[in-house]
Amino acid sequence: MNTILGLIPVEAFLFCWILLILGLKISGKNSGGLYVNLLLLGVLVAIGLVAFPAPNAQFGDLIHVNALNRFIRGLLYLGTFFIVIQSSSWLKKHDHAAEFSILLLVVLSGLGLMVSTGNLLIFYLGLEMASIPLAAMASFNLTSKMSGESGLKLILSSAFSSGFLLFGISLIFGLTGTISIAEIPVNLANSTLALIAMVMIFSGFAFKLSAVPFHFWTADVYQGAPMGITAFLAIVSKSSIAFVFLTVLFPILSAIQQVWPTVLIALILLTIFTGNIFALRQSSLKRFLAFSSIAQVGFILMGMLVPSEKAAVSVLYFLVVYMFSSICIFGVAQWLEEQTGKDSLSNFKGLYKENPFAAWSVALGLFSLAGIPPTAGFFGKFFLIGSGFQGVSVWYVVLVGLNMVISLYYYLKIVKYMFMNEVIEELEKPQMALPLKISLGIGMLAICFLGLSNWIVNHLSNLF
Amino acid sequence: MSFLIPLLIAVPLCSAVANYLVNANSARWIAAISGFIQLVLSILIWKVYADFRAAGETAQFLLTAHYSWFPLWNINLDLGLDGISVTMLIMTSLVVFSASLLSWNVRNDAKLFFSLLNFLSAGAYGFFSSLDLFAMFFFLELAVVPKFLLIGIWGSGEKIASAMKLVLMLMGGSALLLTGLFVVYYGAGGNFSLTELASNRLGREIQLVAFPLLFIGFGVFTALFPFHTWVPDGHSSAPTAGSMFLAGISMKLGAYGCLRVATYLLPDAAVAYSPYVIILSSIAIVYGALATLMQTDLKYMNAYSSISHCGFILLGIGMQTKASILGSVMQMVSHGLMTALFFGAIGLIYQRTHTRKMEEMGGLLKSIPFLSAVFVIAGLCSLGLPGFSGFVSEMTIFVGSWEHSDAFHRVATILAAASIVVTAIYILSAIGKVIFGPIRQASHISLEPASFVEKLGTGVLVVAILFMGLVPFWFTNLISEDARLIMNQFTLLMNP
Repeated sequence: MNTILGLIPVEAFLFCWILLILGLKISGKNSGGLYVNLLLLGVLVAIGLVAFPAPNAQFGDLIHVNALNRFIRGLLYLGTFFIVIQSSSWLKKHDHAAEFSILLLVVLSGLGLMVSTGNLLIFYLGLEMASIPLAAMASFNLTSKMSGESGLKLILSSAFSSGFLLFGISLIFGLTGTISIAEIPVNLANSTLALIAMVMIFSGFAFKLSAVPFHFWTADVYQGAPMGITAFLAIVSKSSIAFVFLTVLFPILSAIQQVWPTVLIALILLTIFTGNIFALRQSSLKRFLAFSSIAQVGFILMGMLVPSEKAAVSVLYFLVVYMFSSICIFGVAQWLEEQTGKDSLSNFKGLYKENPFAAWSVALGLFSLAGIPPTAGFFGKFFLIGSGFQGVSVWYVVLVGLNMVISLYYYLKIVKYMFMNEVIEELEKPQMALPLKISLGIGMLAICFLGLSNWIVNHLSNLF
Repeated sequence: MSFLIPLLIAVPLCSAVANYLVNANSARWIAAISGFIQLVLSILIWKVYADFRAAGETAQFLLTAHYSWFPLWNINLDLGLDGISVTMLIMTSLVVFSASLLSWNVRNDAKLFFSLLNFLSAGAYGFFSSLDLFAMFFFLELAVVPKFLLIGIWGSGEKIASAMKLVLMLMGGSALLLTGLFVVYYGAGGNFSLTELASNRLGREIQLVAFPLLFIGFGVFTALFPFHTWVPDGHSSAPTAGSMFLAGISMKLGAYGCLRVATYLLPDAAVAYSPYVIILSSIAIVYGALATLMQTDLKYMNAYSSISHCGFILLGIGMQTKASILGSVMQMVSHGLMTALFFGAIGLIYQRTHTRKMEEMGGLLKSIPFLSAVFVIAGLCSLGLPGFSGFVSEMTIFVGSWEHSDAFHRVATILAAASIVVTAIYILSAIGKVIFGPIRQASHISLEPASFVEKLGTGVLVVAILFMGLVPFWFTNLISEDARLIMNQFTLLMNP
């Protein structure tokens, strides 16, 4: 099975599935429900293929298949599966469900390539394969001007950051004569040019991760895009970039270890503060989630301060937690947006009285993001701060900790809306569809038990 | 016997889930029964613990249970008890039992109310019996959100602002704590275990960094001046059971942390910083007492007096003699019971009179004699009348503090002792206004007498207070050996 097809069965399958959907579309089938089901089935099979135990293998130094990147792939596909379930009612009504499905499957195979890369070129290929369809999907609310604006902003900022990235990569290639990630750190000497290359690559990543000061596109894109895409950008796309940051950028950046922690802690504080302070004043739900996710990125970066096994496990664990927490929030947010037609935080007012299940789902998600026990987010934040602790002075950590207070304020504000305010606008259908309910239920269970039970952390520490 | 502590934590957790799943009427029964089981369990734990000690068991912590949690981080769920934690568990279970009974009439989603209350108590049991700093922090934080919901949903007055203020200030304390914990963790080469940290003392430099973070972090919970501002608003906006829990148990969590973590594990730094601790706690004592004088609202009165009383706890810890630490622990228990009783009585009176303003009440002894008597008992205990628990604990603290013969410690002791006079003024005048004198409102002439459940709820606490005041040696015997062990850390320091 040492052919490339044997190495990437998921991509091969996704490709066939895309052809199938394309064929159906060309043959004139136009029922949204069919494509949604096909999409869900496709993602589910992809999860199955990833979860199926396979020996570690590699194709040259281009693509690696190992337990670690199978895990992150599984996570990304699982997130996608939940998001598709949660936006299925929107998608079913859409005229272009087939096109949407095809684009999403392309994105998924791109992300898959990106996380299993052993080589900067494959990484870049995967990244572009994922970013360009995403921009098209962001403008999928075809009649909405904002959605179009969102797509345009996403493609422009993507292209811009890719430019930086590519420039950095080409400098690295010029300096070391290789683009293999394993060989670069060995050949890379400390020089001004190397530093410039690093800054370029790092900026590219920071753009994609929406770390401050490269975050300006985030709020607008999140606000304009359909909710499902917002969720996809915030959860799946961000997690994959963070993963690559951890596995690709980390080894390379160790070449300039002496400046790295100083730069990064400045960036972290800036990111967390900006995210939190801007999130305080938002009234739009999506903009709120955008800024809160910026603040979360700051915490993820905490885990990249000091390279260690603990740090790597903490980051991965946090990505898992972050996914489930966000799923719980986005699912309800989307359900509310469909009913009220508004993208406003006041949608949440009085939710506990109308649908306690939905309110608890959001509340648990928010507590987890805020880092309150017994939710998994508490453990995630604790580990992230702990693993970054040795790299910096105590007072920076106090600042990061105080930011948890600010974030708690705005998260609790939503809890207050749900539990303590009166209903302002009765929902037409206070009951949820069963698939949505199940997806939220799984998310809530995961939030409650991923920290109390240690199996996922232990599993992750076996991956390294 | 190692299953007893996990069981004690599990009972309220199961009850919290059960409460939420049934209807409101069953929820209050479940809460009351679960409160009773917790009380029985904690008394059983006391008995088992005392038997072990009588049999000559010398280990510092008994009834230990050990679960591996995160091996990668060397984090374990270590549970175990010494005399101090046993008294804390008894105090907690008494307050929880009483609080669930006194909330019998709670309206508006009673099942969530009792569920949150049980959640809070599980956190407190876990905190008092943890021997691992991470587990302690986990249990401490567990109570944050239930407090917010309890105050925000069932509170009165500016409830949401108060709830927000309380939670954010406590979270700020936690942020300091988190940092302090990591300073200790990395200073000890990656270790959170309380017993191991106590036997391998950290370097002085590390202690000096960690102590302020930990002490202030825990201090926020126990109204350390100037981080006390959440106390009056939080307590007075909370529903009755919420105030009982906040003042009775939650403030003790911080005090226990200051003693068990900051002082016990970091003795060098505790000595170095002790003047600051003494100054801040003396300010809290005097300021709290004076501020109480000005209050017209009963709940505010008790909230401010809590600041003053918790100042005594920190003063005892700061004085660092065996007697003062013993007194501190006694004061934690005494204040826990007394203030819970006081808030309980105020809550019950408020349910009937619909006012908490002292000048609008009067002569309640004629209309609700039982509740008036409870109110008076709580008040007398608060001012430290002999025969009640308050006297025993405050006296022990003063005796311990007087062992220092220099001017600084003497002045602090005298100031603290003098504040008792102020306490007497506000307590007696409150009793005079509210209980005695003429009835001021026609609607107060015939008020509904206390029901059986309410009598039981307050009665339990009254008995406990009298018990502790009259036979204090039952408690001191339990605690004094552990106070000695804490003091050992200091003696080792002076004669290395």
